[in-house]
Amino acid sequence: MIPVFLILLPLLTGIVGFFIKEDNAAKGWALLSAVLTLVVAIAGIYFYPSIQQSFDSAWLPALGSRFTLTMDGMSKMLVLLTAVSFPLIFLATYKNRYKNAGSFYALMLLTQAGLMGVFVANDALLFYFFWELALIPVYFLCSLWGGEKRIAATFKFFIYTFVGSLMMLAGILYLYFQTADHSFAWQSFYAVQMEPSQQSLIFWLFFVAFAIKMPIFPFHTWQPDAYEQSPTATTMVLSGVMVKMGIFAVVKWLIPFFPAAADKYAQIIIVLSVVGMLYASLIAIRQDDIKRLIAYSSIAHIGLMSATLFTNSRVGLEGVMIQMFNHGVNVIGLWIVADAIEQQLGTRKLSELGGLAQKAPVLAILLVVMAFANIALPLTNAFIGEFLMFNGLFSYNIWIAAIAGISIILAAVYTLNMVQKVFYGNTTVVTENAIDISGHIKLALVVLVVVVIALGVYPQPMIDLTKDTVGATMAGK
Amino acid sequence: MPIQYYIYLSLALFSIGIIGVLTRRNAIIVFMCVELMLNAVNLLLVAFSKMHHGVALATDPATTAGIDGQLFVFFIMVVAAAEVSVGLAIIVMMYRNVHSVDINFLNRLKN
Amino acid sequence: MSKFVYLVPLFPLIGFLINGLGRKAMTKSMISIIGCGVMLASFVVSVLVFFDVKEHGATVVNLFSFIKAYSFQVPFAFQVDQLSSLFLLIITGIGFLIHLYSAAYMHEEEEQHFGRYFAYLNLFVFSMLLLVLGANYVIMFIGWEGVGLCSYLLIGFWFKNDQYNYAAKKAFVMNRIGDLGFLLAVFWLIFKLGTVSYGDVFANIDKLSDLDITAITLLLFVGAMGKSAQLPLYTWLPDAMAGPTPVSALIHAATMVTAGIYMIARSNILYTLAPVSQTVVAIVGLATAIFAATIALKQNDIKKVLAYSTVSQLGYMFLGLGVGAYTGAVFHVMTHAFFKALLFLGAGSVIHAMHHEQDIRKMGGLKKHMPITHITFLLACLAIAGIPPFSGFFSKDEILMAAYNSNPLYYYVGMAGALMTAFYMFRLYTMTFLGSFRGTHEQEHHLHESPSAMTIPLIVLAVLSVLGGFVGIPEVFASDAHSLEHFLAPIFAESAKIQHGHHLSHTQEYMMMGVSTILIIGIILFAVSKFKKTQAQQTESSGIAKLLENKWYVDELYDTVIVKPLHLLSVFLKNIVEKSGIDGAVNGVGKLVGYGSRQLRLLQSGQVGNYLLIMVMIMIVFVLIWFNDLTIMNFLKKLF
Repeated sequence: MIPVFLILLPLLTGIVGFFIKEDNAAKGWALLSAVLTLVVAIAGIYFYPSIQQSFDSAWLPALGSRFTLTMDGMSKMLVLLTAVSFPLIFLATYKNRYKNAGSFYALMLLTQAGLMGVFVANDALLFYFFWELALIPVYFLCSLWGGEKRIAATFKFFIYTFVGSLMMLAGILYLYFQTADHSFAWQSFYAVQMEPSQQSLIFWLFFVAFAIKMPIFPFHTWQPDAYEQSPTATTMVLSGVMVKMGIFAVVKWLIPFFPAAADKYAQIIIVLSVVGMLYASLIAIRQDDIKRLIAYSSIAHIGLMSATLFTNSRVGLEGVMIQMFNHGVNVIGLWIVADAIEQQLGTRKLSELGGLAQKAPVLAILLVVMAFANIALPLTNAFIGEFLMFNGLFSYNIWIAAIAGISIILAAVYTLNMVQKVFYGNTTVVTENAIDISGHIKLALVVLVVVVIALGVYPQPMIDLTKDTVGATMAGK
Repeated sequence: MPIQYYIYLSLALFSIGIIGVLTRRNAIIVFMCVELMLNAVNLLLVAFSKMHHGVALATDPATTAGIDGQLFVFFIMVVAAAEVSVGLAIIVMMYRNVHSVDINFLNRLKN
Repeated sequence: MSKFVYLVPLFPLIGFLINGLGRKAMTKSMISIIGCGVMLASFVVSVLVFFDVKEHGATVVNLFSFIKAYSFQVPFAFQVDQLSSLFLLIITGIGFLIHLYSAAYMHEEEEQHFGRYFAYLNLFVFSMLLLVLGANYVIMFIGWEGVGLCSYLLIGFWFKNDQYNYAAKKAFVMNRIGDLGFLLAVFWLIFKLGTVSYGDVFANIDKLSDLDITAITLLLFVGAMGKSAQLPLYTWLPDAMAGPTPVSALIHAATMVTAGIYMIARSNILYTLAPVSQTVVAIVGLATAIFAATIALKQNDIKKVLAYSTVSQLGYMFLGLGVGAYTGAVFHVMTHAFFKALLFLGAGSVIHAMHHEQDIRKMGGLKKHMPITHITFLLACLAIAGIPPFSGFFSKDEILMAAYNSNPLYYYVGMAGALMTAFYMFRLYTMTFLGSFRGTHEQEHHLHESPSAMTIPLIVLAVLSVLGGFVGIPEVFASDAHSLEHFLAPIFAESAKIQHGHHLSHTQEYMMMGVSTILIIGIILFAVSKFKKTQAQQTESSGIAKLLENKWYVDELYDTVIVKPLHLLSVFLKNIVEKSGIDGAVNGVGKLVGYGSRQLRLLQSGQVGNYLLIMVMIMIVFVLIWFNDLTIMNFLKKLF
């Protein structure tokens, strides 16, 4: 029953949220709902027997689709990530004002419900349903509360993701007609035996859908625009949690079904991902806009994950698993800092900022920790993931690992560039009267920093959590 | 009477209706032409129904084969009556608003 | 005692946390007591550990399992053996002195920056201790990157100055280049052996092919190049002088730059088995030694001279490692730590007295104002120049003798570098302390000897610089007197089995020592007489001198060849490929759809008649398609 609660709680509170007229009440309501969801998630994952962690009921019997929800290690981890990030996001942006706050928070909660559903659905049609449920509110969030060029950005985002969704739907339907019992269940899809030549087309249909979501080069151009234009709270959801949908889907809905095609095209995908890593890192070096810089940095990190997914390495896959969580935590931290700066100073341009360390020392320290987590310094959480992933990549091909490794250097260049331009040097006209961050942002960031360090020093619980998924995925190959 | 005659007649009526709808601009006349087309169909239905029934009677005196065609006609007449009332109401509203029943005058949806 | 070794890094970590989190609440004296106190505690434990190791030998202390993913695991374990315990002593001992010195040197800072400074310093020592203590390459890498981070923070300590921030960033990025090499070597080890623990790696070394060993050692050496500032990754170290002077002492003497030496000494068996890598290490080391020495000849910033001298001395250490003189290299690390820390702290004392003036052309005659600084500085110069019986003589001699055994050419080039060392060190000494004062009157008025918190470390280090060499007396003077070699023997035992160097005869060795000593003394006298009469006004130099003054234009070269093209590429990708290429294609598809829909819109004329006409026509078409034309023809035939 736990997964049902996890979906219903944000869904129902979200629907109620539409009718809350008072802005502050809406904020409190959303925060309450997110915290409750977090409590349910933690309790459900750690304190309830595994029998409670799945659910099965009839849904659309005529189509052979059942309302089946299960949680394996990867699902639990991503559910945890979703549950952790929403309260922090609401907390960090608590002072931001939105017109029609009720609808804003309602849409955010609907997105959360969709995300939860994606991570626990064990039925392809249900998966597709939640996939869309997570995406559609984002279109509205971006187009109604976004920045100046929000319509163009939303449009691009919509076209990209919608094309992807349709391709996925086509793939799902094709597989559905191949199943012996005309069912959308994961197990039925898994049981389908296909010729390798037949696998190829469907593999690409699915892969492109997921690649757009991740995103990997060259399907990524929606991302910087969408991240830049969306309200920051939405951006945090997009980059912290939603990109994990793509990776999650590759592990759960792609590789097990098409092992032959995954092996066959591994090389193309790995090369694309590595090219994307370097490409995004290089672009990030000369970005002037903090949000775009973080967006490109995120593309680079995701590139490493998508490359490792196809290396067929168990250790690498473990790395991808924990990196999914860690990347979410780290990138949300960076967004919080970016948002704090933008809300206070009204600009995101590196060229206009400077000297903030004198005015806002607490923010500076917290950002420096987040920044070093972003470049995977040892004893921060990202190091563990990247270390294991590079291991996987290295066992696949030495040269590819070496070339991908260049991004480690480039990451240091652009991240430190950002830290320097924002915090060091002398104050500018813009930053002259800046003050340090207020309590709620500090609280959110401190929580994140603690997670970053704790998981960097003792990552074992995260690794153990996802062990079963990795084992099952590798055994299927 | 051979069935062909009925077919000719209803073809003629239907064609007149189509041409009327396509060429006339007065909404009321267009409306009448639509009715004409409906009635052409009605005529054909009745004629075929009678024909089939007659054929079937020859083998089985108790048969009801073919009479459902006439049933259809009643349905069509009922629907047409409803349609007339709605359609005329629309035309009246249109006249009240734009003081004309010219259908080409009503192209505001274009933009 | 060895099992309490975790206390050694734990103390500085606690100091870091207290000073870092409570820096606003505490006074400066509290901060310095905590900062220095944890170092002292750490030093005491280190001494105990050292004697424990001496008594009972090496152990591995397992703390917890750091990473365990499937078959691969990394324990968080500490290697307590002769090599690491020696480094512990150097790091914590000199680290403590530098902390003590800092307490006085940094007293002008505000409380919270003072606290920040000590927090960073403690963290720096913590990272270095992790690096040295780690029982596998991953823990070493944690410390390896950790010192990179701390050097970044400390070099950019005065963050208002953008120049310093660039220097900090440069240090970190250059270190990262090396780190990539280090990481690849670690992956290679994992790929081939599935383990990174020293014990397991060295025990399974026969499972590695020659290619593997060569590649691994070369990649590790790339890491060492970055961390220990060897060609071509050395330019960050001179720029790192942007940090406060005690930090420079810490980076150059006790920590960070010796990491590369430690790592190779730790992996000595791998290098012994890879002659190609050894040659590379020796040649790079030698080239760096000479190259940096030439630059140091013409520098005018007191700290820059010392910085290039560090680069050069590190080159000697790598030369030693390259020719298999592992003990010699470690020995030189130790003696170098003593006299280089002393030189930097002495320079700091001078800079302190001169109110942050670092240009030696504006100094001179400081001898009478700062007697303690002067005498300790002189001792350090004698030690680094290699005058017997100061410490530098023994260690440098050991390396050069081993180099001669390997290839006489190494010896001659190395000797030339040693002569240059003597020259630039005494140029520095003379221009600073001898002659007449060339600064402003106001500066002269304020000249003073530094407080005792600064001079005590100087004196301690001076004693060590003078006497430190006696732990490694070469066999030529007394047999079995090289106590360091005995102590470290277990670490290098495996390598020693493979190596079979021939030794020089004693007469030959005496002769070489004698000649080199005489040459060095001659150079020193020449330098002192040449620079004693330096005048304030300067002439524009030209030719080679200008080339040297500008450090061979290496920074400019890197800028043109790497940095600028990288930025151009970035702008190109950002503006051309991303905007016009990929985005253009995507938007092009969007525009095409938009154009098509604009054309189709014309169909929607709004004329009901048109719609009906189209409808009827399409229905006719459908009817024609539905019944193929034959049926229709038949039907019509029947009809008419």
